[in-house]
Amino acid sequence: MHILDIQNVRKSFGDNEVLKDISLTVDKGEVVSVIGPSGSGKSTFLRCATLLETMDSGTLQYMGETVASMEGDKIVYTKDLKKVRGYFGLVFQNFNLFPHYSVLKNITDAPISVQKRDPKEVKETALQLLGSMGLADKAGAYPCQLSGGQKQRVSIVRALAMKPEILFFDEPTSALDPELTGEVLKVIKQLTEQQMTMVIVTHEMAFAHAISDRVIFMDKGVIVEQGTPQELFEGTKQERTRQFLQNYQR
Amino acid sequence: MVGELAYAFINTFLIFILTLLGALPLGLAVYFGKKSRFRPLKWFTEVYISIMRGTPLMLQVMVIYFAPALVFNFTVPGNWRFSAVIVAFIINYAAYFAEIYRGGIESIDNGQYEAAHVLGYGKAQTFVKIILPQMVKRVVPAVTNEVITLVKDTSLASAIGTVEMFTKAKQIAVSPRSPGMLTFLVAGVFYFVFNAVVAFVMKRIEKALSYYD
Repeated sequence: MHILDIQNVRKSFGDNEVLKDISLTVDKGEVVSVIGPSGSGKSTFLRCATLLETMDSGTLQYMGETVASMEGDKIVYTKDLKKVRGYFGLVFQNFNLFPHYSVLKNITDAPISVQKRDPKEVKETALQLLGSMGLADKAGAYPCQLSGGQKQRVSIVRALAMKPEILFFDEPTSALDPELTGEVLKVIKQLTEQQMTMVIVTHEMAFAHAISDRVIFMDKGVIVEQGTPQELFEGTKQERTRQFLQNYQR
Repeated sequence: MVGELAYAFINTFLIFILTLLGALPLGLAVYFGKKSRFRPLKWFTEVYISIMRGTPLMLQVMVIYFAPALVFNFTVPGNWRFSAVIVAFIINYAAYFAEIYRGGIESIDNGQYEAAHVLGYGKAQTFVKIILPQMVKRVVPAVTNEVITLVKDTSLASAIGTVEMFTKAKQIAVSPRSPGMLTFLVAGVFYFVFNAVVAFVMKRIEKALSYYD
């Protein structure tokens, strides 16, 4: 059983076809990086997988449960999306923390009021996660009092507190300056050691190289190439991939 | 004279506070009406808002006061002279508040909705827990403006002879042995001091909400 199984995704905005038949399966413990130029459809793909966009066509399964399927040429989403949302977490580029909630409340509110978990257990989990990310002293702070790197780490904790099967990252360091990027990447690396299943859209090539089990290169709405980091970064067979990666050689 | 004005000020204050108690929540309902996907309701609220904003409050007070008798040949029981003022003020101010709320809600970043969505919050939960508290903070300065205007607008109740402070001041000013201009000066001081208090209270509210950002 795959954690995520998304097949034949098509998505257009008006006349602009952003995703042209994209498929991806992710298994437990796998770390998949998605790279590609701006406008290649990486983020839209992630947004389709996390139900922030509805696909024009395609199928989607989490944990073997059907979320979206085709009936003829019409896409049908399951009614019980609330349960499905419990399977995945998403870390945004711009954090999207709730500014009026303290760090702790940002993390604990959804597990308590959406998942109806025991407040005491949730709070303990949250504090323990904060501690493991070097944020133990920030539980009572408000997001506006945090640096960008701290905000992003809090938003990672917020996603983890929901106990997702899979965690998506949408360019988690793109809004951060290089100094703060490091502390966020370190935390993500830490998660790979805990066998967290992750899909990471990123422009950090060295990072993708270092932590991924599999790298996917997207361009113009299609998957041009995928393979191990070695296959892609060191021995790509595709001219387009080589072109793209050249811009990142230092 | 000061005593009489102070006594009439009770009604001024009542108009003020009852209007706020009615219009602040009603404004939210009007906002939802305007955002409704049920077209007739949406159109109704849009027409309602444009009439409330497009015609003088004094005229609205008169229409509400006279309509039951002149149009429906119906006498409203109780103190309609006073109630009509409250009704007119509430529906007028609710229209303005609805627009202020709309501005506040629409200024909230879409990412807030997306984060709530991914975390599994339902629509109502998202609004009550995530959007509403942020909206309230953002609209306080604009609401303060309206509230200060409302203090002065209470004097429009005199258009139908409801006795509040301004009506009283006019009566005193034209009475035999009246203190003349002094009456209006004292009334002015009343409004001014009341508004100073209102501004102070609103400032405190703004401050209380500034625990973030």
